[in-house]
Amino acid sequence: MDTFGLLADGLLAALQVHNLLYALIGVTLGTAVGVLPGIGPALTVALLLPVTYRLDATGSLIMFAGIYYGGMYGGSTTSILLNTPGESASIVTALEGNKMARKGRGGPALATAAIGSFIAGLIATIALAFLAPWVVKAALAFGPADYFALMVLAFVTVSAAFGDSALRGITALFIGLGLGVIGIDLQTGQARLAFGIPDLLDGIEVTTLAVALFAIGETLSIASSRSQIKEEVLAVKGSVWMTLEDWKRSWPAWLRGTVIGFPIGAMPAGGAEIGTFFSYAAEKRLSKHPEEFGHGAIEGVAGPEAANNASAAGTLVPLLTLGLPTSATAAIMLAGFQQFGLQPGPLLFANNAPLVWSLVASLLIANFMLLVLNLPLIGLWVKLLTIPKHWLYAGILTFATLGTLGANGALSGRLGPIPFSFELLILLAFGLLGYGLRRFGYPIAPVVIGLILGPLAEQQLRRALAISQGDPLVLVHSPIAITLYVIAAIALLLPIFLRMRGKGEVLGQLAANED
Amino acid sequence: MSLGEPNLSRRPDGAALFIALLLAAIAAVIIWQTSMMRVPPIQARVGPQVFPYVIAGGLILLAIGTALSAWRGQFPAREKDNYGPMLWIIGGLIGQMLLLGWAGFSIGTAVLFAFTAKGFGRGPLWQTLPIGLVLSFVIWFIFSRGLQLSLPMGPLERLIP
Repeated sequence: MDTFGLLADGLLAALQVHNLLYALIGVTLGTAVGVLPGIGPALTVALLLPVTYRLDATGSLIMFAGIYYGGMYGGSTTSILLNTPGESASIVTALEGNKMARKGRGGPALATAAIGSFIAGLIATIALAFLAPWVVKAALAFGPADYFALMVLAFVTVSAAFGDSALRGITALFIGLGLGVIGIDLQTGQARLAFGIPDLLDGIEVTTLAVALFAIGETLSIASSRSQIKEEVLAVKGSVWMTLEDWKRSWPAWLRGTVIGFPIGAMPAGGAEIGTFFSYAAEKRLSKHPEEFGHGAIEGVAGPEAANNASAAGTLVPLLTLGLPTSATAAIMLAGFQQFGLQPGPLLFANNAPLVWSLVASLLIANFMLLVLNLPLIGLWVKLLTIPKHWLYAGILTFATLGTLGANGALSGRLGPIPFSFELLILLAFGLLGYGLRRFGYPIAPVVIGLILGPLAEQQLRRALAISQGDPLVLVHSPIAITLYVIAAIALLLPIFLRMRGKGEVLGQLAANED
Repeated sequence: MSLGEPNLSRRPDGAALFIALLLAAIAAVIIWQTSMMRVPPIQARVGPQVFPYVIAGGLILLAIGTALSAWRGQFPAREKDNYGPMLWIIGGLIGQMLLLGWAGFSIGTAVLFAFTAKGFGRGPLWQTLPIGLVLSFVIWFIFSRGLQLSLPMGPLERLIP
């Protein structure tokens, strides 16, 4: 069947009442967490995984994808009205958006962000539907050695290519890889690095690690920070509607943002924020009103907002077709697939075609829902911003521990006569790790991606070496693998070269971080 | 995450040197634990030990790189952190962990909730503890009864049949 047919079937499935409901829950939750500073889509999906354990796979995955899309929409609201990005992909939006809001043009800023997100999401989701079958076809030719090369490439790009230090990025990645080794080796049944603790035999849960790094680590670092900035929420004054002039200036920016954002998301090159920086730079250069940049130029909101939604859709291309997560949220979604016994990759399209296509189709529907949720109901979301910090973070930690207990509630630890949950101990330990990583400027996402992708990379490596009977040359035997290694080498060395030439600042701003 | 200018005032950067030491220690533990594994000869060639050794090797290189970077003061500048609020939150997490087993989800989580709020400067505890208790109890009810999540029960939870 061709893409149209499959997509139409998917649409029919996605329009079923219960799937619509899941999508609605997803986008609503996603918008809420996108709006709230301190929680992003990665954390939310991680917290929801244990709750959805008993629900059906398609519905849960539709909900997760809705959260991802919703987070991208919601983040812009916070950036514009609070000047504190709700999630990392909205940092750039804060530059111009907040200036617009200060000038009393908050309404049009929110509108161009929402409509831009909608258009970009729509185009990018359709692009995803048409690109994915091609990637799947190409991926079927991949052998284990090629997969390993692909994962090496992903490791390099998520850890070293962006951010202000390749050293710290790669260190974060290796911490994740090291954690991934813990537990029973699936191929031989041997325990590795378990230190005789039964709870470690199953390995470190991706969700526990993500919740600890994102929720506990973030809370600790916010609470301990001395520079508590007094934040004020700007009221949305005046009309929400954009003027004709606004429309004229937004249109090209939306389309350019989409064209920039989607490929960056689709390449194994890290999260949505990178595209937003490129889009901002492009708008600044192409604008007929360059003097307005820094003082509230509408293109500076329209372009990056379109880019971040387009790359969110783009991220789903490697995730669904190759099983390759390139952002923290995608990594958690991969864990979500695994929870239901599904392994994303070319075979997913063959064996679970209805699921994949209803997921893609539901993204189109989610986009419409988000437009409605974000434009007329904007006042509701603004209210979320007035929740005081102490209640917000107390609530976040409550839900963080709830989610962890939900995933593994066994009280298997013992301190004297008192039983305690070993999983919570791990949560605390990794929370402290997350605080340390933030304090010393280490990126978080590579740790999560290392943990989930490390074991998969090892599996492919050993499979490749087993086929070649131990000859390591097999790893560089195929042209596909060689090409991938060359790209990885460029991605590793070019930024180092740029940093030496004093262009490190730009890369530092491109830090692939949280979501 | 970019925290701005390199930190030239601390050369060498003691905390960063400690990180280097920590990375080397982790590498040592991985090598030690992996070398103790008994692997049947048939698996020895591409066995379960290869990947841990590769990671340990990488960590050693990274430890050296981190040490160099610490020596040159290349770590981002850090502001002095406030440890008081942090201790409240960590205390809350430990308190919850130790209370859950016998006092149940609601009481344990109430402590976490109140201590975290305290860490962000919202007290007094006699006010925030009851708020946390009511909230946690409602959450317990929704998630354990509604969504069938297994959450630890204590005297309070047993009041509801």
